[in-house]
Amino acid sequence: MSKQHVSTIVNGDPVEFLAEPGTTLLDALRDELDLTGSKEGCGSGDCGACSVILDGRLVCSCLVLAPEAEGRRVETIEGLAHGSHLHPLQQKFLEHAALQCGFCTPGLLMASKALLDANPDPTESEARYWLAGNLCRCTGYDKIIRAVMDAAAELRQERV
Amino acid sequence: MSDVLDRPDIGHNSDDDLKVVGTRPIRPDGADKVTGRAAFGADFNMAGQLVGKVLRSPHAHARIVSIDTKKARALPGVKAIITGADFPNLADEFHEGGEAASNLRDLAMNVIARDKALYDGHAVAAVAATSSAVADEALALITVTYEVLPHVQEVEAAMAPDAPLLHARMFTEGLEARPDKPSNIAKRNRLARGDLDAGFAAADVIVEGRYTTQAVHQGYIEPHACVASWAADGQCYVWSSSQGQFMVRTYCAKVLGLEISNIRVTPAEIGGGFGGKTTVYLEPLALALSRQSGHPVKMVMTRDEVFRATGPTSGSVMIVRLGAKSDGTIIAADVELKYQAGAFPGSPVGAGSMTALACYDIPNFRITGWDVVTNTPKVAAYRAPGAPISAFAVESAVDDLALKLGLDPIAIREKNAVRDGMKASYGPTYQNIGYVETLAAAKASAHYQIPLGPNQGRGVAVGFWFNIGGESTAAVHINEDGTAVVVTGNPDIGGSRASMAIMAAEALGVAVEKVRPIVADTASIGFSMLTGGSRTTFATGMAVVQAAEKVVAELKRRAALTWDVSADLVAWQEGAAHCLDPAKADKPPMSLEALAGQSARTGGPISAQVSLNAQGAGPGFAAHICDVEIDPETGGVTVLRYTAAQDVGKAIHPAYVEGQVQGGVAQGVGWALNEEYIFDREGKMENAGFLDYRVPVASDLPMIDAILVEVPNPRHPYGAKGVGEVPIVPPLAAVANAVRAATGVRMCDLPLSPPKIRAVLDAKEG
Repeated sequence: MSKQHVSTIVNGDPVEFLAEPGTTLLDALRDELDLTGSKEGCGSGDCGACSVILDGRLVCSCLVLAPEAEGRRVETIEGLAHGSHLHPLQQKFLEHAALQCGFCTPGLLMASKALLDANPDPTESEARYWLAGNLCRCTGYDKIIRAVMDAAAELRQERV
Repeated sequence: MSDVLDRPDIGHNSDDDLKVVGTRPIRPDGADKVTGRAAFGADFNMAGQLVGKVLRSPHAHARIVSIDTKKARALPGVKAIITGADFPNLADEFHEGGEAASNLRDLAMNVIARDKALYDGHAVAAVAATSSAVADEALALITVTYEVLPHVQEVEAAMAPDAPLLHARMFTEGLEARPDKPSNIAKRNRLARGDLDAGFAAADVIVEGRYTTQAVHQGYIEPHACVASWAADGQCYVWSSSQGQFMVRTYCAKVLGLEISNIRVTPAEIGGGFGGKTTVYLEPLALALSRQSGHPVKMVMTRDEVFRATGPTSGSVMIVRLGAKSDGTIIAADVELKYQAGAFPGSPVGAGSMTALACYDIPNFRITGWDVVTNTPKVAAYRAPGAPISAFAVESAVDDLALKLGLDPIAIREKNAVRDGMKASYGPTYQNIGYVETLAAAKASAHYQIPLGPNQGRGVAVGFWFNIGGESTAAVHINEDGTAVVVTGNPDIGGSRASMAIMAAEALGVAVEKVRPIVADTASIGFSMLTGGSRTTFATGMAVVQAAEKVVAELKRRAALTWDVSADLVAWQEGAAHCLDPAKADKPPMSLEALAGQSARTGGPISAQVSLNAQGAGPGFAAHICDVEIDPETGGVTVLRYTAAQDVGKAIHPAYVEGQVQGGVAQGVGWALNEEYIFDREGKMENAGFLDYRVPVASDLPMIDAILVEVPNPRHPYGAKGVGEVPIVPPLAAVANAVRAATGVRMCDLPLSPPKIRAVLDAKEG
């Protein structure tokens, strides 16, 4: 099977890579672009560890084919911080101890960013339902939800 | 405290003296884990590596007649193919791994099948190829001829005299007489005290129940992954995600017949384990493939493989009978536990037996445990292995007893509570336990007073876990600018780098940011048992503190040398040496930074390493309160509120202690309500994915209130007790007791899934 040439924008930078038509975006990110922050927990869209934002929409990158990224914008965990300045969500995850093993964390952060991009003032219940596609087996979600709500509040303050 | 070397002059037993312990600094590995930099098992690559994949049995029980690899070998890009024939046959040898003992012979046969496949998913062969696609193609070209055998999966069916036999050589241990026929019952264990018949005869009330639980998986989000390299000179390198790099080294050496010094294992960051990564599956295969191919080999499991071939913990059938006086004093208990072990002996029924009545002071009891092999994946440790299962049965029965006697569920537990000085049901005498304090904290919680609405119910349950100490090594190195590196050999699963840094900073008297904790590979630090048994903060923490104290003693010696005074006239306070010699009162204190900067002139680098075998881990007790609401239409159960009180000894980093409590509760709620292995008629797992094996998601749970009760453990420098496991012990029963309160019906079979609840409601409505 011949490989396809894919041009896309990842975290603001134009990138090119070759991928077989059946390669997932997740595998392309991890294996072709060395962006291993996105994780594979299931490969079937059930765990959310591979969550990235594609043209502003939250997706499981294991369910997107790499050639589908052609000409589109991909945001991954590696682009969440501005240089060495952490995004408020990253900072609040740390302050609230919202991670234990940290494997689900990149996906949860990207899903949380997509939430706050769409809804800057979510209720706890809205946050819980939005993040229901991101499995965390360590924390019981308590501190994650607190961190997301706290980051939302801070981001709202920054906008004022 | 004979464990502690050279205790500093400044005591730190009183909370008032603690400056760093008990604070909530940001974890040292935090930035890596929120930016995607942290390298987990599948994130590591070596130049020239191949892709390794496993061929797994599609049958629950089958004799392997032949394996033909000729076609697969001829496929371009295939570099190695291995089967059970490539591994030595081991004799029975038991190895204490930290959480449970493993028979190395069984472990090796679980890594790859020899003459029989014992469960759907059992590894039969493995290939290494130049790409994932070629490896898949090669697996399809391997022809395995099976003779399919009758299989057995339910624990009681496996115990039946005519059940299909998994192991012709297995004769039940622990009976009065050795049986004359082999069976699937590996072992019977028994604990007893007093006169059971007299106890029941004297009881005013008796409750009895038969309870079942299903096999559940640890459900870590990171699948098993490793890279292994076998060099031409026999030096082996393994990078893998596990709960213990030394465990991986030992097991690889045993399974492959290697000398330990020829294997170096580097721990990747680990994406959850919960006991499920206390053994090896892929690493020996990857090494054997690397040996045959001459290339490094990377192997990563799919989620399907994780469910079918690793973990889970036992399904069970249990019978509990309790006898009590009318005032609620329990005077007799008969507990029978039958646990699935999976394909090889070693269910956690021993621990389930020892913990079953550990919260209760009962004069007459008998606990019988049965360890039973079944055609299901070999069980692995899962957080407080065995204890949540037996607690589900016992705590359900205690709830029935309270109902029958009209007693408050916390009051009946207080009435029968174990206290310091009492002999535990499993043998030792309790000391410095915080159980009644934990019950009191639960009773005093605001949660316990909140009124309930229609279709709602409240459940209470308690739990016990031993916690362990064991062998650990730690080193503390002082850098030339006065900062410090703390080196340990325990993978950080839930924030243990933070607790190591905190304890070292406390002992050194410096800010926690001045201490950099790292987790070293097997060639860079002395031996440590794996991260498990809730041992790391206790045992490895003890080694860290002792190493830091040795460093402090050396710093004092260097200061004494500088001041030309006797070392006992130097005090260490707030990270600096203070001269206590009245004749030299003018000497200003010398900071750690100053002493480090001049270390070359006072004797060289300052560092210390301590290896120990920590004794005196304090047991953990937990008391949980759960409120649920039943949806009468769907039978769905919503957890409305959850409060978990626990004796933690002393919380070193309280936020991560709360996190352990909350995480254990969430797993327990999943076990109670949703999770179960489902097999079809052929014995194949039907729900080997997160869509159909449903772990709790964020919208399934409320906030989980953790109440940290601190009854210090005097055997740890700062009072720590293990905290990670006991929080999963009470939730199964706490949820079930809440469902009973909401429905008025006792349900004894987990999980309490909507169809079962609907059936109960339908029966009630008649």
